[in-house]
Amino acid sequence: MSTVATRQAPPEVAPAPAVPGARRRWTRLILPVYTWLMILYFSLPILVMIVFGFNDTKGRLNLRWQGFTLNWYRDLFAIQGLTTALRNSLIIAVISTIVATVLGTTVGLALGRYRFRGKGAYDLVIFSAISAPELVLGASLLSLFVTVQFVRGFVTIVIAHVAFSLAFVAVTVRARVLGLDPDLEEAAQDLGADPWTTFRKITLPLLAPGIVAGALLAFALSIDDYVVTSFVSGQVETFPLWVFGASRVGIPPQVNVMGTLIFLGGVGIAVGNALLARRQRG
Amino acid sequence: MSARGGRARLAPYLVGLPGGLWLAIFFVVPLLVMFSLSLQSGNAEAGFRFTWEWSNYTRAWDLYSTQFLRSGVYALIVTALCLALAYPMAYWIAFYGGARKSTYLFLILLPFFVSFVIRTASWKFILNDQGIVLGPLKEAGLLPQDFHLLATTTAVIGGLTYNYLPFMVLPLYVALERVDPSLVEAAHDLFASRAEAFRRVVFPLSLPGVFAGVLITFVPVASDFVNSGILGGTQTTMIGNVIQTVYLNSNNYPLASAMSFLLMAALLVGIFTYARVLGTEQVMEVSQR
Repeated sequence: MSTVATRQAPPEVAPAPAVPGARRRWTRLILPVYTWLMILYFSLPILVMIVFGFNDTKGRLNLRWQGFTLNWYRDLFAIQGLTTALRNSLIIAVISTIVATVLGTTVGLALGRYRFRGKGAYDLVIFSAISAPELVLGASLLSLFVTVQFVRGFVTIVIAHVAFSLAFVAVTVRARVLGLDPDLEEAAQDLGADPWTTFRKITLPLLAPGIVAGALLAFALSIDDYVVTSFVSGQVETFPLWVFGASRVGIPPQVNVMGTLIFLGGVGIAVGNALLARRQRG
Repeated sequence: MSARGGRARLAPYLVGLPGGLWLAIFFVVPLLVMFSLSLQSGNAEAGFRFTWEWSNYTRAWDLYSTQFLRSGVYALIVTALCLALAYPMAYWIAFYGGARKSTYLFLILLPFFVSFVIRTASWKFILNDQGIVLGPLKEAGLLPQDFHLLATTTAVIGGLTYNYLPFMVLPLYVALERVDPSLVEAAHDLFASRAEAFRRVVFPLSLPGVFAGVLITFVPVASDFVNSGILGGTQTTMIGNVIQTVYLNSNNYPLASAMSFLLMAALLVGIFTYARVLGTEQVMEVSQR
């Protein structure tokens, strides 16, 4: 009732709202301040990673600030095991991204475009592959590889990475397929284009943003994966595996530098992508 | 489409076949193999044989029920913490973010541009006994010399909360963003106070986001072993750590398979109950963003 009264009252006559009004203005700040504090909390480990890549640390223990240096950028590849691990990760990510993008796109097309017998089961498999805990994916693949006595290493890592990123590419592409205007393809066919030409010249370019997004996701999932890889890696070390192992004894500053460079690369791609999209729209 | 007949009807199978085969061979078959392995007996040297060895399951529970239960409890605590921390943020961005909504979301997603393992290792660095936080506090005499955070439950739950918080913010944001502000105005016009409008209009409409957020936080947290591996100690071992060790170090594949299956069964029951409540499409739609 009181709300009605204050709302009907003209502002000048309102009986001394100074205290409640000030309080309302003050409480209005709680949520934005909280949100910014949380954003700070989100970035804290990132800031620490970047800053301590410049730390002039002696020996392996990079714990307290000891002065500014660019040594670790200069000696980025001085630790052989780490360099090999990073190279392995990059090669695995590129190969598995290509395979997962091609296969995932076809799956996305099949699921987005057609109704067919068995589609429900197919959808269920995709859904399970996305929502299954990584631990289960890794453990079950390891079970398969030990049962058929397949030697674990580079190949098994790529197989595993394709298996989990394929489903993500598929749902990304499917979302795009569902948003396609079928008139465009019909128009192309009316103008005499055969199905393959229609696909190449009309469908594929329209799907491209979805495919690129799926591919970026696949790359990010692959290069960052620790859990599944730890099960199927055998003797091969990837970047996350190496860092996990090193975290027990102390992480060398080169890891901070590599993390910083990967971070800047990823942010650069994301920001560039967003700006590009904005320009196309505007 | 019907005019083109047989070939068109085959098209979805041909297009979907290669990807389907990959998923069948490297996702479905491994699950079946793991189930079969969980019922075998033997040892790594002599090989394993299928003997309907259901005792693997009871042994898994007898040996590691502590870690199973601990994982469940940690996952519950972390999910509740994430929900409590994420909701106000998602609410504010959805209703008051204005033109900068996507910028805020981008800032929340920044951690994903740093490797999961490095992020967690970075927390180990921050929380170190002599590190940048505890070190100065100890030197100033504000904390006892033997105070430590690493290898405690606090550190593991803190790490898990940090790493999975964005997964909670996103679905909450998506659900809250869809709430029509004019509904809130209508509630005010009908004399609802701010709290009442929130409790009776906004919150019920955001429930799909809450359900989805709980789902996509709880499942990976319960099976996580990176956080307890890096930030934890012997008293914070989760079931994921045990499974990894039994697979890779003890090579007791049947026991490890039985444990993975127990974990998966427990989680799957949860997932499908939720999916039933929400509808599969909706869960997938939310988890995609």
